[in-house]
Amino acid sequence: MNRITAGRRHPLARYAVLLLALGLIGGVYTVALSISPSRQADAAIASGRADDVAEGKKLFEQSCSSCHGLNAEGTAQGPTLVGVGAASVDFQVSSGRMPLANPGAQAPRKPPAPWVNEDTVRQLAAYVQSLGGGPAIPTDEQVDAAKGDKSKGGELFRANCIQCHNFVGSGGALTQGKYAPPLHDATERQIYEAMITGPQAMPVFNDSIITPEQKRDMIAYIVGVREEPNPGGAGLGRIGPVTEGLVAWVVGLSLLSLAAIWITAKRRQAK
Amino acid sequence: MTDNNHDIEQPEERAPKRVIGTPSPATSTSILGHEEPRKADVVQVPGVTPQDEATARKGERYAALCFLVAFLGGIGFVVSYVVFQVGDIEKTQVSNLALGGTLTLALLGLAAGLTTWVRLVMPKYNLVQERHPMASDTQTRSYVAETFLQGANESGIAKRPLLRRTLLAAAAPLGLAPLVLLRDLGPSHTNFPAKLRHTVWGEKTKDGKPRKLIVEGSGSPIRAADFNSPGGILSVVPEGYEHDLNALAKATLILIKFRPEELKSGTNLNWTHDGIVAYSKICTHVGCPAALYEQTTHHILCPCHQSTFDAADGAKVIFGPAARPLPQLPIAVDSEGYLIATADFPVPVGPSFWERGDAEAEVRENGAQQ
Repeated sequence: MNRITAGRRHPLARYAVLLLALGLIGGVYTVALSISPSRQADAAIASGRADDVAEGKKLFEQSCSSCHGLNAEGTAQGPTLVGVGAASVDFQVSSGRMPLANPGAQAPRKPPAPWVNEDTVRQLAAYVQSLGGGPAIPTDEQVDAAKGDKSKGGELFRANCIQCHNFVGSGGALTQGKYAPPLHDATERQIYEAMITGPQAMPVFNDSIITPEQKRDMIAYIVGVREEPNPGGAGLGRIGPVTEGLVAWVVGLSLLSLAAIWITAKRRQAK
Repeated sequence: MTDNNHDIEQPEERAPKRVIGTPSPATSTSILGHEEPRKADVVQVPGVTPQDEATARKGERYAALCFLVAFLGGIGFVVSYVVFQVGDIEKTQVSNLALGGTLTLALLGLAAGLTTWVRLVMPKYNLVQERHPMASDTQTRSYVAETFLQGANESGIAKRPLLRRTLLAAAAPLGLAPLVLLRDLGPSHTNFPAKLRHTVWGEKTKDGKPRKLIVEGSGSPIRAADFNSPGGILSVVPEGYEHDLNALAKATLILIKFRPEELKSGTNLNWTHDGIVAYSKICTHVGCPAALYEQTTHHILCPCHQSTFDAADGAKVIFGPAARPLPQLPIAVDSEGYLIATADFPVPVGPSFWERGDAEAEVRENGAQQ
């Protein structure tokens, strides 16, 4: 039972929140029952964290609604968040991508906003989840790289990911200035969430096609390859022969040329 | 160079001792070749210029320092070899760095020291080397010719044609062998260009069913109902050929899921299933795997030369050097709900080849819907 105590200065706020939460529970419940029942919305309610939804709505109105609309219906600046799911919120906010610094197709990773912490992300995710379901935040078990099989994951990673993210997850260029980010800083959970939500230009790899176990294998591969040392000393961005060749030609040949110039230079003869 | 064994430590010696093999400073005769006739318009070749003592001493110190560094590098190499043992990757890394670094220091120090020695300590003079005829003298040449003829006579190769001809016959097939081997580098004459025209998607499986689409990497077939997230993409291989690289070189697909309303007129809707479209992964420019898919713009980008295809519009080219859209594969679902290929690609996949002609136009004329 995690009681939220932040930001309730007014004595009546508690009742307001309670009413709102009750209303939301009712609303979500009917939606969940009428449409394909979203287990996650149920789970949020069952965990007794209904007040998360209310707190999340507040946070949403403060920090997100200017682009995504007051009810997350989407505006000209930002897409609708109905149905994107808690996983999407957790990914975008915990990696600092949202709130966006500049409008555009590329949301770069950056230090998260000051108000972002484990609790606020959870509340925000609960609120967005309550709007129309969607992919839920994966459990610790699901993203534990230690439980995955690197070799199987590597095979899947090479088949479906390396075209954009490079064979060791160094990232790469896309069209019109967009790029696939490197995976060096992504947490295990963020990698999983990116696969199921398809953030920005990334395609979606849902759990029915790439199973959660297979996703865990892929995470194990990414984490494993990230921890590999560079046998040559410097990785040079780990993007293969391009940088290596550049360094060899520029640095190596310059040194050789300078040496040749020095050896063969004519000194001014003494008079 | 010369054998520089004069003692540069000698105090206040303006002109160094004559070195064996070098001309005396008084005369400017060159060592090798003949003395050049002096003409008025030729710049006079200066003779030996001894280094002044200050420079020489400086050079000596520099060179000695370099040699000392080389000495330490050499000792360091031996020490590193003993101290840093190889084993796991980190240990090997340290060992490589130490061995390579010390050896570099040793050799570089030696080279720098010698170069400094030559440039700052040794005297300077110009050398003229006369050319001489390349051919040996007549005596040597006639001797070689005699030896050769003697050998030819003794072996009897001129006198015994049977031996000569069989030896030639023995060598000829060996000379032809490389040509036979090279022939295989060209296109196979038996099933070319049919080999390029068709992929294994057109073949039925052993029990006469169309081939299922298999997820590359996991090897499982794909239920259309499971591949239901718009913006999804998969790399797909044909059933039964999951690891046959020769087949995959032509048959690999990218399978993309759209919302049905996103598909534009360029896509053949009869070959899609519920917004699922299959395109060849082989770029029509030079055959790289074109699979960088942006779900926001529906662009497929080829990483080699930035050809960009619009996946929502029949993969038509919107940028880059590719001349043709990625061929679309006709797909459907079987009775169990798995995605299958109903036929082969209507046009050859991958880069153009001469015999291909305008396959797209032929398909259009034969009444396939566009």
